[in-house]
Amino acid sequence: MSFQEYVLVVAGMGVVTYLPRLLPLFFLSQRQLPQWLVDWLELIPVAILAALLAPSLVVDADSTLDLLRREFWVAIPTFLFAVRTRSLGGTVIVGMGLFWVAGMF
Amino acid sequence: MPADIPVTGRLRDGVAAAWPICLGYFPIGMALGVLAQQAGLGPLWIGLMSVLVFAGSAQFIGVAMLDGGASAAAIILTTFVVNFRHFLMSSALAVPLRGVRRLFLLLFAYGITDESFGVNMTRFRKGGWDKWRALVVHHTANATWILSTMIGGLVGTLIPEGAFGIDYALPGMFIALLVLQLQGRAFIFTGALAAAVAVAWKLLVPGDSYIVAAAVIAATGGFLVRRRRHRRREAA
Repeated sequence: MSFQEYVLVVAGMGVVTYLPRLLPLFFLSQRQLPQWLVDWLELIPVAILAALLAPSLVVDADSTLDLLRREFWVAIPTFLFAVRTRSLGGTVIVGMGLFWVAGMF
Repeated sequence: MPADIPVTGRLRDGVAAAWPICLGYFPIGMALGVLAQQAGLGPLWIGLMSVLVFAGSAQFIGVAMLDGGASAAAIILTTFVVNFRHFLMSSALAVPLRGVRRLFLLLFAYGITDESFGVNMTRFRKGGWDKWRALVVHHTANATWILSTMIGGLVGTLIPEGAFGIDYALPGMFIALLVLQLQGRAFIFTGALAAAVAVAWKLLVPGDSYIVAAAVIAATGGFLVRRRRHRRREAA
């Protein structure tokens, strides 16, 4: 593949990634949204975070459920630590430490 | 720009909020750079992709497809599907960024990722956060990503596999962000529903549609439950 062809492919990837990032923000931010939509959007962060996280803990690369994964077992004390401390940085460090130690066995 | 806080304060706050993202991006970016190098895409080539696309999983898939000789149309379509979830995040960001100048939004939208979205929405919710700090989070993460993919192509992964549990930086951050979002029963219900639907969907449907599907279903479920409770309270 020539460099020109590569630039075209990557630019295409960039455009189709940028537009979904831009368009809702660009148009919705300029108007008064109906209250039901604001209420619904308020639940989107927790929904997306849970939807991103949960499968990464219990679903294998070959798309089977696996409750014995290290990612899942480390997540439980990490979650409890976050509930107790409400500390973002602390939770990251504790999670990494537990994951590292759990990987030694 | 309001003059209440000097620019350096905003920079410091933004960088301080972004460090877990950077910690997580570094090993992933370097791994991508190594893969790209093996696929014949040198540091400048993968760096260009990181600048123009700035999306982790889509770039991994893109490099694999380029290596496998896929057509440009297939690669671009796949990228669109994988990254469409940002549409939802962009919509939710319209609430805290209401009335912000469109020129600012043209730049801001570029940096929306799963990670920056989680960090910024949690900060906006807590208060004391603004668009400039949020923008610093975007571009700190962006610079880390671009550089780490290029470093990976130049010198390899640097970090021994699995060292310090660094692979758990992003899951750990998502766990903390999720906990910080759980403010009340509607949020706990929505999060639990999203987790269950996402796992079931991913097991049943190939691809990445589980993220958008589970988020929309769970937010709608949480919304309906909360509205019914409000109605009942008003009737009582």
